[in-house]
Amino acid sequence: MSVGTLRRTRGGVGSSARRVDGVPKVKGAFQYGSDLWAEEMLWGQTVRSPHAHARIRGVDIAKALSYPGVRAVLLAADVPGRKTFGLEFADQPVLAQDRVRYVGEPVAILAAVDPEVARRAAERVVVDYEVLPAVTDMEEALRPGAPQVHEYGNVLHHVRIVHGDPDAPADVWVEGYYETAMQDQAILGPEAGMAVPADDGGVDLYVATQWLHVDRQQVAPCLGLPPEKVRLHLAGVGGAFGAREDVSMHIHACMLALRTGRPVRIVYSREESFFGHVHRHPSRVWMRHGATRDGRLVNVYARVLLDGGAYASSGAAVITNAATFATGPYEVPNALVEATRVFTHNPPCGAMRGFGAPQVCFAHEAQMDRLAQALGMDPARVRLQNAMKTGSVTITGQVVRGSAPVRQVIERCLALPMPEEPAAGPRDPQALPGGAGNVSRGEGVRRGVGIAVGYKNIAYSGGFDDSAEARVRVFRTADGPAVEVHSAAAEVGEGLHTVLVQVARTELGIEHVTLHPPDTAIGSAGSTSASRQTMMSGGAVQLACRAVAEELFRRVRARAASAGRTLRGELTLADGRVLAAGEPVGEVDNYLDEPIEARRTYHHRPTQPLDERGQGDVHVTLAFAAQRAVVEVDEELGLARVVQLASAHDVGRAINPQGVEGQIEGGAAMGLGLALMEEVQLDGGRIRNASFTDYLIPTFLDMPPVVSAVVEEPEPGVPYGAKGVGEMATLVATPAIVAALRAATGRPLNRAPVRPDDLIGLAPPVASGPPPPAPAVPGPRPVPHYHGLDAGQQELMRPESD
Amino acid sequence: MEVLLPRTLDEALAIKAGRPEAVPIAGGTDLMVALNFDRARPPALLDVSRLPELRQWRRKEGWLVLGAGVTYARIVRELPEVVPLVQAARSVGSPQIRNRGTVGGNLGTASPAGDALPVLAAYDAEVELASAGGRRTVPFNEFMVGPKKTVLRPDELIVATHWRFVRGPGSFSKVGTRNAMVIAVASVCLVLDEAGHTVRVALGSVGPTILRAPDAERFVAGALAAAGWWDDPRATLPAQVAREFGERVAAAARPIDDVRGTAAYRRHACGVLARRALVWALEARRAA
Ligand SMILES: Cc1cc2nc3c(=O)[nH]c(=O)nc-3n(C[C@H](O)[C@H](O)[C@H](O)COP(=O)(O)OP(=O)(O)OC[C@H]3O[C@@H](n4cnc5c(N)ncnc54)[C@H](O)[C@@H]3O)c2cc1C
Repeated sequence: MSVGTLRRTRGGVGSSARRVDGVPKVKGAFQYGSDLWAEEMLWGQTVRSPHAHARIRGVDIAKALSYPGVRAVLLAADVPGRKTFGLEFADQPVLAQDRVRYVGEPVAILAAVDPEVARRAAERVVVDYEVLPAVTDMEEALRPGAPQVHEYGNVLHHVRIVHGDPDAPADVWVEGYYETAMQDQAILGPEAGMAVPADDGGVDLYVATQWLHVDRQQVAPCLGLPPEKVRLHLAGVGGAFGAREDVSMHIHACMLALRTGRPVRIVYSREESFFGHVHRHPSRVWMRHGATRDGRLVNVYARVLLDGGAYASSGAAVITNAATFATGPYEVPNALVEATRVFTHNPPCGAMRGFGAPQVCFAHEAQMDRLAQALGMDPARVRLQNAMKTGSVTITGQVVRGSAPVRQVIERCLALPMPEEPAAGPRDPQALPGGAGNVSRGEGVRRGVGIAVGYKNIAYSGGFDDSAEARVRVFRTADGPAVEVHSAAAEVGEGLHTVLVQVARTELGIEHVTLHPPDTAIGSAGSTSASRQTMMSGGAVQLACRAVAEELFRRVRARAASAGRTLRGELTLADGRVLAAGEPVGEVDNYLDEPIEARRTYHHRPTQPLDERGQGDVHVTLAFAAQRAVVEVDEELGLARVVQLASAHDVGRAINPQGVEGQIEGGAAMGLGLALMEEVQLDGGRIRNASFTDYLIPTFLDMPPVVSAVVEEPEPGVPYGAKGVGEMATLVATPAIVAALRAATGRPLNRAPVRPDDLIGLAPPVASGPPPPAPAVPGPRPVPHYHGLDAGQQELMRPESD
Repeated sequence: MEVLLPRTLDEALAIKAGRPEAVPIAGGTDLMVALNFDRARPPALLDVSRLPELRQWRRKEGWLVLGAGVTYARIVRELPEVVPLVQAARSVGSPQIRNRGTVGGNLGTASPAGDALPVLAAYDAEVELASAGGRRTVPFNEFMVGPKKTVLRPDELIVATHWRFVRGPGSFSKVGTRNAMVIAVASVCLVLDEAGHTVRVALGSVGPTILRAPDAERFVAGALAAAGWWDDPRATLPAQVAREFGERVAAAARPIDDVRGTAAYRRHACGVLARRALVWALEARRAA
């Protein structure tokens, strides 16, 4: 193919192009899902379980139904189609049938003329519960005799990876136990959407989501409608981070709209949002690392437990990720990993930025520090010495074929400038641990430095072909040629839509690019998750643009031929013009009597599922990051302040450098949150802090300056060589900061978030017994077939047959 | 819901007399949260944020009179000499909250974690209340009688707080699990009265109300007297005084475990904050 890229086109690939949604967002004019409004609209409300585990003996809706202003009250029996939904397994009831399995599980929904009426009516739904014993501890859930969350037991999925000889001896062993808490994505825009009944008996759902098509795949069968009658449109998304991968209010709003014949909008409150989406799985990890005396890793054992709460969500994929990344971006010749994703009566857990990698990164990086200490080596050196590189073999037996600049990210990270040492004498309390609380003038404050290295997959793994489709149209306007890009890919705040525009500009040499609103009128783009959309939807737009260009060049050549000219050399596009061998031939406009349109699908290279020994070429592309944290700890008060984060990232190629920087900073903030404050606190399955008053996320005074370095080693075989960057900073920030806290305090902190009590020794490190025995593998199918989606999400990716 | 907009305090009090169920709203930074969370649905709101008398502060015969409607942002700008109050005001919420939130609202809410309250307790402030029937003043420690419990009557409004200016150093510190915009896990206000030769320390978020630590106060005032410090700020104090002061303050705390922190940590933090506050106060006077 003969398309040259044009660096001159403003706002193309490689430039920090201005965000297409920037101005309206800054001005407050951007319409988020929670701003949706329609004439005659009703307000939906959800009645939720107050119990972690209970049988429903009966539900009395009479008082709610007769409440003035209420238009419908619906229960499980009113679900028109399939009664359950789910991303990988359809195990989650649209509305609880005979049983509730977590606090916050939806039991009834209603629609009313205003939100206040809806709330008051919801209080009048009387549910008769028989409270049952609940299991809310992940280790207890594995013990014989524990209450069973599902009739098929308390294990969703177990992954065993056997690599090399797990009995291989080593000179030096270090052992540790680690925990991370349940973290909330803290999406600023709560779950929101509006369902509008259509004349054809179908429904249009406007919803803030990460993947329109997987939503439709779950919504349509529950409504008993064919997919084409369920049309999804992307509403403005106020952050996602995994929180919008699962269906929340979607089916409920559609059911109410179809029942009442009126548009129904549902917007969760902040408190409800804590029940309305899955969280990051809390983890318990046991690890043993063996190395030679000169610091080469020989053998690693990891036992990983993730508490998935009541339903499957994407837990099977999360635990697979946690297992495959359990030993970190290092060459490990022998390993045994046993990873179990457990069901409990806690709120469901699923996807969150990092997707299983942060939990194990927290553990393996603490282990690398322990190893360095045991060997009397510098922590960075141990890591450099064992760093993976192109050609390395992972513990699943996958040969790393793409770029793997692990050594480079570590070295670049360490080369970033250190923050200045504080001046002698009293210091401004605002800049110290405790910040605005005015607790210190510098007394008792100690610095510590820590580093962490991590890696994660880009795009879906294990044989999943998460292709992306895009349609590109070039047409003539009064102001010259213009491009329209149509993709179902969700912009969730990360800047993807700007990236798609940049790709079109570069490929077609046309600056004026607009985006068609994302919807299900086009094929799936896959999820805006797994750091995959720049590669996948960027790739789809690139392919479609190249097809458009080909047609354009055909017209150019044909016209030249009919004028008796032959064009020599390669045809390229630049600045709205066609060039042959670099010489202008004519304006693109001249060839657009008929617009040119092309639709293309991008597939990444195929991968394989893990086999019974956990071996396989599972991941498409890997991205690596290293981070250094400098912290200050008030040794007496146990307060911490991160002084600086230095972060180096392998991104393949930065399509939008400013966007990359934004992801690094934002991702680091999220990792900082887990290190120091973010925890969904549970008590018998009940969330104790379902508000931003008590679920704390970092403020400006908590976020330090982030200095970053971008390592650009293009990934072979992917568009522009670009990897994703959405998740990596999150996974390394937590272990880097906690390592720095250990260095500052000398305490063996082994749980995130670290609390003041931990930093001053009021609370001992979390203790554990021996790791629980691993379930039999492969064992029975964890979820009976009838619950499943058969081929699951993969069905979505079958080529359209239009 | 009705929103009533009186123009003067008298108008407001007349409304309150007839409609005691009307809930006053000042900055709304507590009340609107309660409304949002569906915890309150008052039949009427009475906006007190426009009442001129409540928005003033003044000095009167050695007293500070702080109108209930003065916001934290104004305190920070306009009252720099009242250091502990400014430090408390500066620690409240975020700039947006400080632009709206008032000391009167802090009193109305009467949370043990209210950041202005330890300052009022340490200054032995009086709370001025008014109804259509007249005015009364109540010492702060009698005004707040429990978590979210005060002696405010349904027909009354909080008009102001008053306290005698105290010559001497002091500070307010609060511990929370993030560096800003955090509800106090524990807070301490220390005031040294050079004229009266007394020390006052008040603790927030470690009991059902704001607590004073009389034993620690007497101990340190005595130690300062014994060292001759009241007369000579350069006098040195035995090293263990500050530590023991901290311990005695910690002993006065009556904390509980909750979602924001453990009782053990809260008690510990009170001791550390009190000790540091004393050291800073001694240094401040020495440097003055
Ligand atoms: C994000 C956020 C952060 C916060 N951070 C802090 C913090 O760090 N520290 C802290 O102490 N507080 C904090 N608060 C709570 C709140 O800002 C303070 O309590 C503030 O002082 C309340 O003042 P207000 O004027 O907004 O009160 P309002 O919300 O208007 O009223 C609060 C209560 O007082 C009553 N009231 C108000 N004025 C009068 C009056 N004149 N007479 C009788 N009753 C009256 C009201 O009826 C109501 O019951 C925070 C709140 C938010 C939303």
